[in-house]
Amino acid sequence: MNYFPDEVLEHIFDFVTSQRDRNSVSQVCKPWYKIESSSRQKVFVGNCYAISPERVIERFPGLKSITLKGKPHFADFNLVPHDWGGFVHPWIDAFARNNMGLEELKLKRMVISDDSLELISRSFANFKSLVLVSCEGFSTDGLAAIASNCSFLRELDLQENDVEDHRGHWLSCFPDTCTSLVSLNFACLKGDVNLAALVRLVARSPNLRSLRLNHAVPLDILQKILMRAPHLVDLGVGSYVHDPDSETYNKLVTALRKCKSVKSLSGFLEAAPQCLPAFHLICPNLTSLNLSYAPGIHGTELRKLIRHCRKLQRLWILDCIGDEGLEVVAATCKDLQEIRVFPSDPFVGNAAVTEVGLVALSSGCPKLHSILYFCQQMTNAALITVAKNSPNFTRFRLCILDPTKPDAVTNQPLDEGFGAIVQSCKGLRRLSMSGLLTDQVFLYIGMYAEQLEMISIAFAGDTDKGMQYLLNGCKKLRKLEIRDCPFGNAALLMDVGKYETMRSLWMSSCNVTLGGCKSLAKKMPMLNVEIINETDQMDISADDEQKVEKMFLYRTLAGRRKDAPEFVWTL
Amino acid sequence: MEFARDLHLDATELRLGLPGSATKHSEKQTPNSNLAKSNKRSLPDMNEESAGSSRENSRTVSSNDKKSHDQETAPPIEAQVVGWPPIRSYRKNCLQAKKLEAEAAGIYVKVSMDGAPYLRKIDLKVYKGYPELLKALEEMFKFKAGKYSEREGYNGSEHVPTYEDKDGDWMLVGDVPWDMFINSCKRLRIMKESEARGLGCAV
Repeated sequence: MNYFPDEVLEHIFDFVTSQRDRNSVSQVCKPWYKIESSSRQKVFVGNCYAISPERVIERFPGLKSITLKGKPHFADFNLVPHDWGGFVHPWIDAFARNNMGLEELKLKRMVISDDSLELISRSFANFKSLVLVSCEGFSTDGLAAIASNCSFLRELDLQENDVEDHRGHWLSCFPDTCTSLVSLNFACLKGDVNLAALVRLVARSPNLRSLRLNHAVPLDILQKILMRAPHLVDLGVGSYVHDPDSETYNKLVTALRKCKSVKSLSGFLEAAPQCLPAFHLICPNLTSLNLSYAPGIHGTELRKLIRHCRKLQRLWILDCIGDEGLEVVAATCKDLQEIRVFPSDPFVGNAAVTEVGLVALSSGCPKLHSILYFCQQMTNAALITVAKNSPNFTRFRLCILDPTKPDAVTNQPLDEGFGAIVQSCKGLRRLSMSGLLTDQVFLYIGMYAEQLEMISIAFAGDTDKGMQYLLNGCKKLRKLEIRDCPFGNAALLMDVGKYETMRSLWMSSCNVTLGGCKSLAKKMPMLNVEIINETDQMDISADDEQKVEKMFLYRTLAGRRKDAPEFVWTL
Repeated sequence: MEFARDLHLDATELRLGLPGSATKHSEKQTPNSNLAKSNKRSLPDMNEESAGSSRENSRTVSSNDKKSHDQETAPPIEAQVVGWPPIRSYRKNCLQAKKLEAEAAGIYVKVSMDGAPYLRKIDLKVYKGYPELLKALEEMFKFKAGKYSEREGYNGSEHVPTYEDKDGDWMLVGDVPWDMFINSCKRLRIMKESEARGLGCAV
């Protein structure tokens, strides 16, 4: 292969698209490393503090598309203080200064300011795609800059961000010459939008295939939009409240008849269930349905809707569907691959689904491989049945609303049930558990979960052995997050080299002490061991015996980060 | 409301760990430093406590649950622990906003009666159905609505309850299911029967 000219090698490498494969390619020999690095266009950085932007730019000068992730996963659940970090500005700044031809930017759990958005819009002439997931720090002014200046914008996708809303002006900033939009998702914006500008924008975007509206877009505007965008593949309905006998509603039905390409449906942020039959026209083609923000849709109307969705592959739903509703899903959606059942009333803790729904799904849906299930209770027997029915799970996340609840029938821990899951599902890559769990479940996981990459644990285990089984057994472990478990220094320090093979470890409300963390940091200079000390319970001269409330460690080539706030100590 | 005394507001104080060994709800735990020690579950106690805080309509009835019905129920554990259940803040905020909107805010609509000097406002959420609503209106404005039938509307009275819906049309109260009515009613008007004959025309 060394006799091939570089261009030929580069051309061959073009066919290698996954980052993991490209990483492997680059490790074969120096010439391959050089060619692969200079030609790589898409880069994924799972932890923005693991490497500096300068180093990325140096290695991948041809970079056009980058994905960055910032805060640890538990930040989603308010366990990480607000200003912990995850600031994207240094990256944008570095790309701009080095004249990178950035076209796509995807951020998850990061902080991005309006200034950064403005900088993006002015620095990268070919900028095409901005995807922000669970981010914060910006307002609709930043979106206005993107809209105004990115002449070739194809995608603006805002998923579950916390955006300061300065009202609908930003939509009007798309110039009349902007006709390139393929995907627009502003469902998470809380404020009003300029509805006339929205309709005009849709009318001049012939390539628009994905459109997700926010709650401020009423049904009559939806109808106008659908008339102008009959080729939509992915639709997020905003507000869906109307009288089913009205003219507007009838016009909507007419418009929906023309939308033969819609495969993905979401939204219904405010919904009048009696109007749902209009969507029965679309249901037979749907492969993806997200009603997890529509508490107004439940009961018979929901079941009627589901009965029309025979081709569904992905379903996100609220637990008000009930076990009965899940049985309808199991009977109807034979192609189902992924399901997420969210709690509709997390504050009262009245989940309406139990182990019955889970078993029904595993029996009825042979292709099911990914599940997130918030439920009232679980039993070992049910989990064992699920394990038998569905050996193909790759992602299995079970959350019992009462986190230490035992088997609802036998009052035993749920060790055997989860043990059956990991033993049967040989391809399991992601696992979250809840319920009463002892060290035994970790023994099983260590023994059987050979492909496991990410695991989340809460209120589980009895002794350090639990965590030790895990670290010893799961060779492919990349992300481990633990809260409220009795694991201490013995477990933390058992195999310090292991953490260099992982992306990160989070431990909060466990038994690790300051001394243990210091010891770890000393032995492993390639790790950043951060202590998050929010409530000033510790001062610098703290006693090493004191337990650490929150610790987050991650491997890095960039050394200690310079943007850490006062309450974060890097040991 | 009757459950106010069961609220045990100190028990809803947000903490990082489980309530631990606290058996008396009046015991106030200082945050954090105590928690680091007491967040280990002690199995037998925990089972009883968690069963005790189970929801009233938990499906499995075990002896623990039966016992708990006699005790005062604390707010469930998941309401007291930071970051549990593990759902994104964005989602939690959406659901909470909707819940508050739906429950606390109520649906207030203006009620006018032909000939009355000023309007009134009522919360439609307060009523369970048409009979209750009509009774309240009759008392408020001192009139009788008569008997409702689908064919003839309100028979035997001088006054007819009507409402303006989201489309701006004036409709007769009682035709559509209650839930649909309260979601589409923008305002109420008690018309004199003589005017009501022209219902359906622009008023």
